[in-house]
Amino acid sequence: MAAAPDFEVAKLTGEITVPKLREGAMAGIKSFKANEKMQEALGFPGELVEDWHDRAIGKMGELLKKYRSLQVFMDACVHCGACTDKCHYYLGTSDPKNMPVARQELMRQVYRRYFTFAGKYFPKLVGAKDLSKEILDDWYSYYYQCSECRRCSVYCPYGIDTAEITMAGREILDSVGIGQKYTNEILGKLHRIGNNLGLPGPAILDTLEGLEEDVLEDTGIPVKFPLDVEGAEVLLVTPSADFFSEPHVESLIGYAKVFHAAGISWTLSTKASEAGNFGMFIGSYENMRKAALRIREAALDLGVKRVVVGECGHAWRVAYSFWNTLTGVGAGAPEDDEFARKLQAQLDHSVPQPAHICEFTHDLLTRGVIKADKSKNDHRVITFHDSCNVSRGSRMGDTPGGQFTIPREVIMMVANNYQDMAPGTTHEATFCCGGGGGLLTDDLMQVRVKGAQPRMEAFKDVVDNNKVNFLALICAICKAQFTKVLPYYGYKMDMVGGVHQLVATAIELPGLGAGPVEADEAEAEAAADE
Amino acid sequence: MSTLSIVYVVLFYAATLLLIAGLARKILQYSRSPAPLKIPTTPAPTTTSGVAYRMAKEVVLFESLFKSSKWTWIFGWMFHFGMLLVLVRHLRYFVADVPVWLAAMQPFGKYAAFMMVAGLAGLWARRFLVDRVRYISTLSDHLMLALLMGIGISGALMTFVAHTDIIALKMFALGLVRLAPQPVPGDPVLLAHLAMVALLMIIFPISKLLHAPGVFFSPTRNQADNPRERRHLADWAAQLEK
Ligand code: HEM
Ligand code: HEM
Ligand code: SF4
Ligand code: SF4
Repeated sequence: MAAAPDFEVAKLTGEITVPKLREGAMAGIKSFKANEKMQEALGFPGELVEDWHDRAIGKMGELLKKYRSLQVFMDACVHCGACTDKCHYYLGTSDPKNMPVARQELMRQVYRRYFTFAGKYFPKLVGAKDLSKEILDDWYSYYYQCSECRRCSVYCPYGIDTAEITMAGREILDSVGIGQKYTNEILGKLHRIGNNLGLPGPAILDTLEGLEEDVLEDTGIPVKFPLDVEGAEVLLVTPSADFFSEPHVESLIGYAKVFHAAGISWTLSTKASEAGNFGMFIGSYENMRKAALRIREAALDLGVKRVVVGECGHAWRVAYSFWNTLTGVGAGAPEDDEFARKLQAQLDHSVPQPAHICEFTHDLLTRGVIKADKSKNDHRVITFHDSCNVSRGSRMGDTPGGQFTIPREVIMMVANNYQDMAPGTTHEATFCCGGGGGLLTDDLMQVRVKGAQPRMEAFKDVVDNNKVNFLALICAICKAQFTKVLPYYGYKMDMVGGVHQLVATAIELPGLGAGPVEADEAEAEAAADE
Repeated sequence: MSTLSIVYVVLFYAATLLLIAGLARKILQYSRSPAPLKIPTTPAPTTTSGVAYRMAKEVVLFESLFKSSKWTWIFGWMFHFGMLLVLVRHLRYFVADVPVWLAAMQPFGKYAAFMMVAGLAGLWARRFLVDRVRYISTLSDHLMLALLMGIGISGALMTFVAHTDIIALKMFALGLVRLAPQPVPGDPVLLAHLAMVALLMIIFPISKLLHAPGVFFSPTRNQADNPRERRHLADWAAQLEK
């Protein structure tokens, strides 16, 4: 752990309390800004433009016309205050500008001044303000203290989603030349090289070969990690952290074992070596689209029939909710839509496109195509953290709420000891890990640690009362965030791992030489049993 | 007609015009602006009828508010539902022959005034008592509550304390509807009530009261969760594929 942090870390009590507000508590906290090169790589001005005022207002006007969400959300808020105690950053920092409505108000004060009658003629009455450098500064601080987790949108009577406003705020900032280093640098790498870590093809190949050796050594079974295999059934798109970081790589091993045990051919792709898409974080449709098109191209080039997405929260939101729109990975394009049809004609529509790896594994486990020995996980008492983007911005399976039941059922099919955290901190009410939405950078450590506090309180509760020793995750950002933040609260970072790490531990691999069980065969067996 | 009557007649026609034109403009703006991405707050219904059910629960029961803050929910719901009853009861001024159901609800309807005013009082108290709500309250938030409180109290005064000439008022109201203006009754409480109502109508389309049409257009609430099954594409986004 980073010894002696230069900020105070709360002592956990196991209960979440709403603090009294402390104005300006986080005012000075800013992440590093992007340099000229990073900005220009994404099509943004390299530094603050001279006519920033007019350009920012112009951009706001453009976004209001392009996004109904922004237009409605700017008008509809009644300042009822229902959202004020719902943001983990407010709960953790007590800075009132981290209350969702106050975060929105940073933009709304400007919106009112330039776009509404009341704000033009009675600015004092409605709290409208001219756009100033100070306001831009506030935007930069507080729009990068929001993880776009959407928890506020669950509780607002009009569904006002502060994430939409944060995205618009960041896009306006980018458009006048103020960008964030962490997000924009990484997005640039993705455009240039193909993944967030900037791993070139040979490095990925090298890692995968290493993993094959490791697994062979551990299990005696030649589990493959195929790369760029044309004609494979499944293209697996996963966050690049899965190739290199701990504990992420354990889940990658889990996916590979699942494919091996099920006997389904699959491949990774160098072109689509990143499921993450930071274009969403900065609200840039164009950048998000450009990044997502890599997946389309890889799927077309390799001729795959299915696209499956690895453990990553925001990536799953982009894949599930936006890929069909952005790239055509999905179903149901109208007949005159050649762009999407070209890809959709190739995909197998008897399964969901794209599918989450948990949906994929869940299906195989329930049909008995793959089997697990639950007792292998008996040394673990597991709890599951619902990732915000999965919970509130996507779905799994075919009924609403499948995103909650499917990962839990996967865990319970591979392990015996499971314990949920307190209601009000799970499912759609889940608390963000504190590092999502472009905040996973060391220069925002204070925000991250404090923002994790509500989740940590709920975690402490199950550790103390239920002996939980494993925090199961399905998000690369959650994994990186918790390994870093747990030690601040006195927990060991090896309590953190992926759901497919649990699968990897328990899955029964067909013995050496026996070859994989054929999927069809197992199904025939299951059918005969009935 | 007296100057006072002319002022009130002009005021009400102007207020009605501004309310209708302003709302129409906003509703058009909302319905014309595209929603390029699927962003329902999940778990969300997967069908259109499911969406209608979700929306109905939001509008009638304030479901999300119920989840977030019980006090705000109780006061907010009392205020809105009370106001709704009051407004239905008011219909009798604007129709010549009062239908049976409307006549039947009158005796109960009048107590809705207390529900409405009590709800408003609770909501207003929150703006002073809860530090977070105090922080976000603007002058206009307070004035809006004052205005509605003023309307409610002046109305209740007429109903329960100093009765006004309902026949004369009804003639005035029907005169407005029939485009054949009649004099406004001179009761000062009624005049105050009417002036505040006109003001409310005027500010409706330029204030946060836009939450009423807004809720129906909120993409996080009105979209069906079916992005994998159907391709959703806005016109401006489709241009990028050309
Ligand atoms: C579709 C119809 C409507 C819905 C669903 C709706 C819903 C809501 C909700 C959920 C709130 C937040 C909770 C609260 O403070 O009460 C609210 C606040 C408010 N509503 Fe409505 N409303 C509607 C129509 C109206 C109308 C017609 C008026 C006006 C005359 C109005 C005036 C207000 C005011 C003034 C507030 C803010 C109260 C405060 O300051 O705390 N609403 N509304
Ligand atoms: C042109 C529109 C309106 C007219 C002509 C009008 C007129 C009146 C009259 C004559 C009364 C007294 C009823 C009686 O003595 O039995 C009254 C009561 C009342 N008014 Fe209005 N009013 C109007 C609009 C409104 C609006 C928009 C509201 C609320 C936002 C409102 C709220 C009340 C309340 C709460 C009462 C007392 C309860 C009741 O008698 O229903 N009025 N109004
Ligand atoms: S989206 Fe999440 S982080 Fe952002 S304001 Fe809402 S609750 Fe807070
Ligand atoms: S809950 Fe919604 S309407 Fe109420 S203050 Fe928050 S954003 Fe505004």
